[in-house]
Amino acid sequence: MSEKTELTNRSGLSRRGFLKGIGVTTAATGIVTAVKPLAEAAAIDNGVKGPGELPVTLKVNGQNKRLNVEPRVTLLDALRNRLDITGPKKVCDRATCGACTVLVDGKPVYSCTLLAVEAEGHDITTVEGLGTPEKLNAVQKAFIEHDAQQCGFCTPGFVTAATAFVREHPNATIEQVRAGLGGNLCRCGTYAGMLLAVSDAAKKGAA
Amino acid sequence: MAKVDWPAADKRTHIGKRISRIDGAAKTTGAAKYSYDINHPQMLWAKLVTSPHAKAEIGDIDTSAAEALPGVKAVWKQTFKEGDSKTAQYAGQIVAAVAAETEEIATEAARLVKVQYTEQEHQVVDSDPALSKDRPNERAVGNVEQAFADGDSITMSGIYGLPVITHCCLEPHGQVTEVKDGELYVWPSTQNVSRYTDRLGDAVGIPQNKIHVDCQHMGGGFGSKFNFDKWGEIGALLSKQSGRPVKLMLDRDLELATAGNRPSAYAKVKVGAKKDGTVTAVDAEVWGTGGNGGYNPPPVPYVFTKIPNTKVVGKGIRTNRGGQRAWRAPNHPQGCLITMSALADCAAALKMDELDFFLKNVTQTDRPKVYEEELKIAADLIGYKQKAHLRGQGGGAGPVKRGLGIAIHTWGGLGHPSECEITINQDGSVVTKLGSQDLGVGNRTAINIVVADTLGLPLNAVQVEIGKNSYPPSGGSGGSTTIGGVSVSSRAAATEALNKLCAAVAMRLNTQADNLEARDGSIRQIDKTENKVSWKDACAALGPNPIVARGKNVPAESRAAKLIDQGVGGAQIADVSVDIETGIVTINEMVAVQDVGLIISLKTAESQVYGSLIMGITSALFEECVYDKKTGRMLNADMEFYRLAGIKDIGTLKVHMMTGAGYDERGVIGIGEPPVISPGAAISNAVANACGVRVPYLPLTPDRVLAALQKGEGIV
Repeated sequence: MSEKTELTNRSGLSRRGFLKGIGVTTAATGIVTAVKPLAEAAAIDNGVKGPGELPVTLKVNGQNKRLNVEPRVTLLDALRNRLDITGPKKVCDRATCGACTVLVDGKPVYSCTLLAVEAEGHDITTVEGLGTPEKLNAVQKAFIEHDAQQCGFCTPGFVTAATAFVREHPNATIEQVRAGLGGNLCRCGTYAGMLLAVSDAAKKGAA
Repeated sequence: MAKVDWPAADKRTHIGKRISRIDGAAKTTGAAKYSYDINHPQMLWAKLVTSPHAKAEIGDIDTSAAEALPGVKAVWKQTFKEGDSKTAQYAGQIVAAVAAETEEIATEAARLVKVQYTEQEHQVVDSDPALSKDRPNERAVGNVEQAFADGDSITMSGIYGLPVITHCCLEPHGQVTEVKDGELYVWPSTQNVSRYTDRLGDAVGIPQNKIHVDCQHMGGGFGSKFNFDKWGEIGALLSKQSGRPVKLMLDRDLELATAGNRPSAYAKVKVGAKKDGTVTAVDAEVWGTGGNGGYNPPPVPYVFTKIPNTKVVGKGIRTNRGGQRAWRAPNHPQGCLITMSALADCAAALKMDELDFFLKNVTQTDRPKVYEEELKIAADLIGYKQKAHLRGQGGGAGPVKRGLGIAIHTWGGLGHPSECEITINQDGSVVTKLGSQDLGVGNRTAINIVVADTLGLPLNAVQVEIGKNSYPPSGGSGGSTTIGGVSVSSRAAATEALNKLCAAVAMRLNTQADNLEARDGSIRQIDKTENKVSWKDACAALGPNPIVARGKNVPAESRAAKLIDQGVGGAQIADVSVDIETGIVTINEMVAVQDVGLIISLKTAESQVYGSLIMGITSALFEECVYDKKTGRMLNADMEFYRLAGIKDIGTLKVHMMTGAGYDERGVIGIGEPPVISPGAAISNAVANACGVRVPYLPLTPDRVLAALQKGEGIV
């Protein structure tokens, strides 16, 4: 039980009356129960969060988004399936490939391993929040210039991770880039372009 | 009238230049919508129920509990007609599917489907040729026994192989489907837009001409995404049943275990060679699995097809694994690994330098001059002369040994049938349409380059629309045939459109249409270039009807006209380090020299070669579908244990394109397959050169390296 409490506390989820103490982990084990409508779930004041849908407000790319999700829904699925923010991709779904990378309070995070309810109260930035086709950030420009993409399915995750990396490591060397982007995977083999792109962007800064 | 040909080098404005891909901004910002990203109002999520057994007779499929779950809207289950086999042939074979309001409900509902299975004995092992029950495939030329018996020759025997690997497309197979008013709309992840619907209509009871395909971006195919597949059919049936759009994308474990699968190949090889290094004979027994289907043994000897005495026996092993799918350069990486390893071992047995040995034998290939030139360039690029040593003689006293390895390869190319339609509107806008697809190779960009170059316009003055089967049909992207197909059809359509425009403005410029050319945003007189009209003004003079022109690629005609060609060579050299205490192999450097004919889009073509090296490094060092003999299941159907190379694993890569005079005249040739063939062989040879023993099978994992060192001649 202590582990569950710790998870809840760390995530800062106790702001509603029915969300006292434990919840996330308990709810996740309760998924065999049929989905309960929101009102019914909210009415149960037993300290357990869910298993029905809960209202959550996520701050994504500077905008507050209200949505209802079950506690078991990951941040990635909430973004993609509920909010139609599809830049972050679902590939491995278990924190290996980095295609789902988003920034949470500026730090790169695999959104497939964070529950949406845990992300409440945090600043979430997806690749859509880093730049647009009309106004690209330095990393995005460098990715295009050095052709650091082929099919492009890993690209949003890489761009997001790389943006966080160059903010932390201005003037990064190629060797630092190799170490810094080790948390993302590409299948088409675009790393050669990425090494050039990210070190170029690091030099230019202002990601 | 301008005819369809490629412009001379000094007339090219975009062709062959380093141009950034035109969809780069969409892809780097998340704006590009892949099939997986398509969301529709009221859309349902589908999940599949699959056999957990590698071989089992499927009994009753009870979906009642799933149907009773709130939120479930449609259910499909496998039915069997008289005479159908009821046996699941691999773990992961689809038996049922559910569609529900959310992905979570669908996942839960799929778990509630109860299926009765009667397990049968399965077979997933492919390592022993004695397991083959099919009739062997035999080919023989000359007399190998006689050649081996020659007193002036030496013989060398070795064993080599590569396991089944899986495509691991980052965007899994699948699609969004909507059946509405008797029409079927599908957004599939496919490499075959125009012919995706083949047979789909019959399968789901909707006429072929009422199926609308749209695939703007797709997240990798590599040969595995040509057909609509079972899930394409199920998605349509679930949508028909529910009246709602349905998204059905494979979960990662199913993607890896069932939607990929490049056949394995293992071989016992005996090579005979004269003491000067000339190879005289190759005798090989080759075996492997393509899953439950037939097996086509790889070409051995590969590239060195003129070796006078060869005998090859191929044996297929049927296994209860997911079916084989085409993988970039089908069978070539297998043939290359087996052949190049055996030849390098032969060079080592003769105590000959590997490069000298390959150069000695290029006369036994179809293009000796090309390979000789490419091998020499590759050797220069990697500093071969400074670094080379005989097998096992490098690396000094420490545990880390360094070595070089060589491989050469070939591929066809040509171009698939393709049609293109170009519209020039009165406002000067140009719209190009093809039922083609961009797998990430830069197809959109290449089409844009060809049309803009032909019409004398900047790239952004031409709109390129692909990805729909309502556009003029273009072939599937396989076998490096796309660029040959689309470059000719778009060049032909653009030329035809330009001829019509020139005809329309000839009188105004007081000259003949065939004395006009398009250049720098104007139509001008060829022999008096100051007599011109701007593109905009020329188009404004068009009547109410826009110019609509069609062009097509007819492969044989285009080849005869030297617009496209087939048959390329490439050479690669790897420089690796092997830690003989830990068994870890590190790539220091790799060079690829590639013959590719006329290059349309240089930047994206180079990217494909870099990508091929990296994909080859991945399969050489990490990739293998590991199957459990007892349960018959794939043990590593996830991305932690089915490893892909990361950015730190690739070393330094160099790419050299054989282009310009002597190559350009051949016309356009595709590049998707050739450079992905050699890396495994070159890396394996480099490891052997470094540590003194052959590690027989890919991937070259630490355990295999250490086992080979322990067993082999070892290193001093």
